Amino acid sequence: MLLLIEQVLNGLQLGVTLFLLAAGLTLVLGIMNLVNLAHGSLYMVGAFICASVAGATGSFLLGLVVALPATALVGMAVELVVLRRLYARDHLDQVLATFGLILFFNELVRILWGPRALFLDGPSWLSGTVEILPGIPYPAFRLAIIVLGLAVALFLAWLTTRTRLGMLIRAGASNREMVSALGVDVRWLYTLVFGIGAMLAALAGVMAGPIYAVEVGMGESILILTFVVIVIGGIGSIRGAFVGSLLVGVVDTLGRAFLPGLLKLFLMPATADGVGASLASMAIYILMAAVLIWRPRGLFPAHA
Amino acid sequence: MTKGLLGTRRLLGLAAAAALLAAPASAAEPVKIGMITTLSGGGSALGIDVRDGFQLALDEEGGMLGGHKVELVVEDDGRKPDKAKEIADRMVARDKVQIMTGIIWSNLAIAVVPKVTKDGVFYVSPNAGPSLLAGKGCHRNYFNVAWQNDNLHEAMGKHVKDQGFEKLYILAPNYPAGKDALSGFKRFYGDDVIGEVYTKLGQKDYAAEIAALRDAKPDAVFFFLPGGMGISFLKQYSQAGLMNDVPVFGPAFSFDQTILGAVGDAALGVVNSSQWNKDIDNAANKAFVESFQKAYGRLPSLYASQGYDAARLIASALKAVGGDLSKADAFRAALKAAEFDSVRGSFKFGANHHPVQDIYVREVVKEGDLLTNKIIGKAFTDHADAYAGDCKM
Repeated sequence: MLLLIEQVLNGLQLGVTLFLLAAGLTLVLGIMNLVNLAHGSLYMVGAFICASVAGATGSFLLGLVVALPATALVGMAVELVVLRRLYARDHLDQVLATFGLILFFNELVRILWGPRALFLDGPSWLSGTVEILPGIPYPAFRLAIIVLGLAVALFLAWLTTRTRLGMLIRAGASNREMVSALGVDVRWLYTLVFGIGAMLAALAGVMAGPIYAVEVGMGESILILTFVVIVIGGIGSIRGAFVGSLLVGVVDTLGRAFLPGLLKLFLMPATADGVGASLASMAIYILMAAVLIWRPRGLFPAHA
Repeated sequence: MTKGLLGTRRLLGLAAAAALLAAPASAAEPVKIGMITTLSGGGSALGIDVRDGFQLALDEEGGMLGGHKVELVVEDDGRKPDKAKEIADRMVARDKVQIMTGIIWSNLAIAVVPKVTKDGVFYVSPNAGPSLLAGKGCHRNYFNVAWQNDNLHEAMGKHVKDQGFEKLYILAPNYPAGKDALSGFKRFYGDDVIGEVYTKLGQKDYAAEIAALRDAKPDAVFFFLPGGMGISFLKQYSQAGLMNDVPVFGPAFSFDQTILGAVGDAALGVVNSSQWNKDIDNAANKAFVESFQKAYGRLPSLYASQGYDAARLIASALKAVGGDLSKADAFRAALKAAEFDSVRGSFKFGANHHPVQDIYVREVVKEGDLLTNKIIGKAFTDHADAYAGDCKM
């Protein structure tokens, strides 16, 4: 029972990390109708900037403070130089171009920082473990990620429902043409939204840095999970991204933790290990298929 | 204009082809070596170290190997089997390379090696050593200068057994090399482990596995998670506060010079297995470590040592045939004899052209600010692989 609670917590933490990535990606896809495969590259850039600043100064927080605006600037520059030309083209062109951006950023990062993975550790006051329940020491940094992710979710909820910018974002997601017909400078809005998405990706990268490897190509494997999240949640919806992230995080974690054990009740141990591992890595895709059968447009689609 | 250019280029190409046909290869022409390795994307640190180690041996002889001029063609496979295969086909058909080397990953080696060795090219593997190519799929033109994939895991299995650990929890990614790793470990540790877990290839988050592991209360953990997977696992294992209670063991791949810097102090004191380390005491190794650092400004990894040994092995065989690869049988016999000073010290090939060598136990230590490894013992002396018996050449 204690183990189950711990694993659910692990799942929430993975989900929250995914949410930081998915929120930006879903906004870009929902509002600009742009499939941006290079979102994972911004996650990588954020982590690398933070790692080098933290490496030079010894301060993780300073790294965080520098990495967020710096990555937002990188994101806005990419939007101005490359993506702006792609809005009117079809999704296949966008996929090709942004896949090219992945290769470009991977090489750029390798040229600037070298091929070896970088070191990044969290602040020392978050390095220990916290005994959340008797007998379950939980890494403090992971708790910090959960808290931060929930705070970002609240902030985004406030931003989208209570501010003028949020109103434009929601309006843009449901009817682009009407928004520009009403005299809103959509180009400016797009650049800004892309900058916010890039900043969120950088935040995810920075928070992932002390847990995962800060290496070239780190954004690609997590990007696949992120796409699963926004498909489940419904494209363009922050709420959908939040629910989808937590679902994917919890299902993926519980699958890995308990499926092999469950299968051992029916199968030989050696077979159960292999089949369990394979089934666990399929679990989120099965979840996605099930959600799409039930709600073909995801849980909370933005376009009614 | 464009058309004219193309025409000129095609003419030049035809002329070059005609020249190649007209002049049969003579000993005076440079020997062509094709290197396919991973130079971009994830895992490029490994390929770059193999290339730099190989290049170092070449530079030390002023662009020659074994006294003969060598033309090295290097291409990046991006860690993709189809790309590696395409490059290999091109190198054999267009560049007419006579010797190939460089591949890091076993799945790429399986895609490339059988084809090129059948075409009469010699392949010297500086890293990947899948069981298939050591056993049933062995070939007289294929030599592995590094190890058979299972070797370092077998060494760790023996060491952990010798240390008297009884409740082992073992993990590897769910792909062929991962399964080979755990079966290699169990070949010498025994089948009796309390947990055997296969993780997703490329997985970054191990919170679920670590929580389950803690719950199983093992007295030691063995893991094979190459590259970024291992960095992530070690950081998370250390953050979970387990490092002091339950020691971890692994092959050198998660503790080599290319990743120790990224893992940080979490790796300090961890015991791992390797066929090479910078403190192996012989003249060749001392010279290698010193000149590698001088040339590239960093400590060599085991991959760099393997690239260097691959070049020096080829050099010894080129010397034996006077750079004339038309004497294929003599060249093959010279490769098999392996008469070069390996940076590992004693080194020879078994019947299946895989190393028979010592495997060491190392510990991660700190020298100044730098994390590196120190040899603390030897797991095997003259260790051969388990597949040699299946090889019929």
